[in-house]
Amino acid sequence: KLASAVRNAELSVSDELAPYYHAITHNNFYEFGTDKRDPVRYAQKFKTDPWKVEISGEVAKPGNYNLEDILAPHALEDRVYRLRCVEAWSMVIPWLGFPLAELIKRFEPTSKAKYVQFTTILDKEQMSEQRSSFGTIDWPYVEGLRMDEAMNPLTLMAVGMYGNALPPQNGAPLRLVVPWKYGFKSIKSIVRIHFSETMPETSWNITAPKEYGFYANVNPAVDHPRWSQATERRLPSSLLSPNIVDTLPFNGYADQVAHLYKGMDLSKWF
Amino acid sequence: MVLMLSGKMRLLRWWFIFLLCLSPLAALFVNLLDDNLGADPAKIIVKELGFWAITLLWLTLAVTPVRKLLGWRWLMSFRRMLGLYTFFYAVLHLLAFATFLIGWRWDILLTELTKRPYIVVGALALLLLIPLTLTSTKAMQRRLGKHWKKLHSLIYPISLLVMLHFVWQIRSDFGQQFIFAIILAILLGYRLYLKGRSS
Repeated sequence: KLASAVRNAELSVSDELAPYYHAITHNNFYEFGTDKRDPVRYAQKFKTDPWKVEISGEVAKPGNYNLEDILAPHALEDRVYRLRCVEAWSMVIPWLGFPLAELIKRFEPTSKAKYVQFTTILDKEQMSEQRSSFGTIDWPYVEGLRMDEAMNPLTLMAVGMYGNALPPQNGAPLRLVVPWKYGFKSIKSIVRIHFSETMPETSWNITAPKEYGFYANVNPAVDHPRWSQATERRLPSSLLSPNIVDTLPFNGYADQVAHLYKGMDLSKWF
Repeated sequence: MVLMLSGKMRLLRWWFIFLLCLSPLAALFVNLLDDNLGADPAKIIVKELGFWAITLLWLTLAVTPVRKLLGWRWLMSFRRMLGLYTFFYAVLHLLAFATFLIGWRWDILLTELTKRPYIVVGALALLLLIPLTLTSTKAMQRRLGKHWKKLHSLIYPISLLVMLHFVWQIRSDFGQQFIFAIILAILLGYRLYLKGRSS
């Protein structure tokens, strides 16, 4: 099934891909440790089968679904997206997935569904950082989107990358990819999708509200309080002449998404 | 327990500690050449150099308490070496930051140095280490007399700036910072205790 995915040229960027090896060894998946190299070390035995996803809240068809049933009707596409981390590095990744919008429609959200919240698995036995006494994140990790963001054609539910199934450190078996937002919005290893009328809580926003907003759109004009967002290091980067590129508004996806935020003060709604 | 070592053994001990302090840098080099530093070696190198600068600063501060508590008088002769290594790693840390992460782009460097509190306190700590490094020789120590000790007590505010520099980089897990803070509290607390007892 993964091999049959066809590249969506229209929604793909032509930037050079990050080497596969780099994409699977340089990860922020704090549940497995806060060093970039921790997830590849500690996630290899992570159990992703069987996997269930709970659909809840303002939908006509809530329930606990097997992953197979979640995925069954969807044809996979291959999309090359820029991934911009809030830490000011970036990579270009070919994802395999399908539009989140198609998934959402199947469960028939009600008119009250204004937001969608995603939850990562809570499993202290498998995820060491969830046991840490020094962590400040209140597990499980949660993220959210406004409904129109979730329905945007760019918003992808990914199950693979580089033509293969997602490795555990990259968020197997099911993750979100929202290319115009900082990477932490693209939540990994999803076990719950919840629809609500009010803005849901999101993990980094709860942890440090002055540093991470709900929207987290890539924006070179709004600095993180502790570092600049005007430029980014595109990885892989040479040591002696770092590959520093200017960060683009909405990570270069302004044409597709800027209209979602018309009239909003983006320095306030960062 | 006073160990009397021959001159040859003392020289051996000096080289041992000298090379031990240099080994983190050597390990970093080997790992870099072996391609062991992952997809973003720049960040890891900067972090590691910073880590060793802090560790060596804490070790420098530990010399006096350890010497007094364990009676290791010979340790005193290594305080200067540990202090100079602190400066050495701190300078490399800054150079690695400016070269590998910023690419010596002056526009970025200038905003980083003026707008980021954690970089400002880090830079200030390094700046304050310069006079201590320059006056670290025996000749300077003699020339400055009682002022030398006063000047070198700058190490206490420096250590607090460094701790702040470290703490301001916490994203979610503060385990490492917690351990370093506890050790610093003990090292500085010991001095307050001595001061309290003598007055």
